[in-house]
Amino acid sequence: MARSSKKAPFVEERLMQRIEAMNRTGEKRMLKTWSRASTIYPEMVGHTIAVHDGRKHVPVYITESMVGHRLGEFALTRTFRGHGGSKERRMRRK
Amino acid sequence: MARIAGVTLPRDKRIEIGLTYIYGIGRSLSNRILAAVNIHPDTYVRDLTEDEEIRLRNYVEQNFMIEGDLRRERSQNIKRLMEIGCYRGIRHRRGMPVRGQRTKTNARVRKGHKPTVGVKKKARV
Repeated sequence: MARSSKKAPFVEERLMQRIEAMNRTGEKRMLKTWSRASTIYPEMVGHTIAVHDGRKHVPVYITESMVGHRLGEFALTRTFRGHGGSKERRMRRK
Repeated sequence: MARIAGVTLPRDKRIEIGLTYIYGIGRSLSNRILAAVNIHPDTYVRDLTEDEEIRLRNYVEQNFMIEGDLRRERSQNIKRLMEIGCYRGIRHRRGMPVRGQRTKTNARVRKGHKPTVGVKKKARV
């Protein structure tokens, strides 16, 4: 079921506070976050947010058309290197 | 000859079915349209009067996004997903199922025909 519109779209509070603090001072730093479920708000446009993919933080530059999506959609959690192939190719991938 | 939104409707079908030849109109929307313009769904397309045809055409073309416009919007939506580099866009780019379906088996609609794998049997001596 979809989230009630009585509440605003979910975003981790601490992340939002940090974004707003940055907007007030006008600085742009990369923010590390583990909160993949946070919705992208218009306030975040123009910032680069490093989203955790389970292993490392993937830098995501937020553009206008990303608003409304979740941070996690932009940091893939799987690495697919393809199936099969010759032995040589398999060695090279490692 | 009934032409609506650049599509010629088949003469020998009932109008209820004929309307579904337009991209963006299915059975239920077709029935809703016919109720709105007061045409019986069982009327054959060839039996439509001039007046009915015009009423139908105006109503359909003014109220719904159909044919080219609809196709364009759809492909733009997909293009947007691909451009922002989100998970769904990447699935579109790779031609894989987008909505989390399994891919171990099935998913043949998105992935296309199955590549044949396997060793040929040795010819009998």
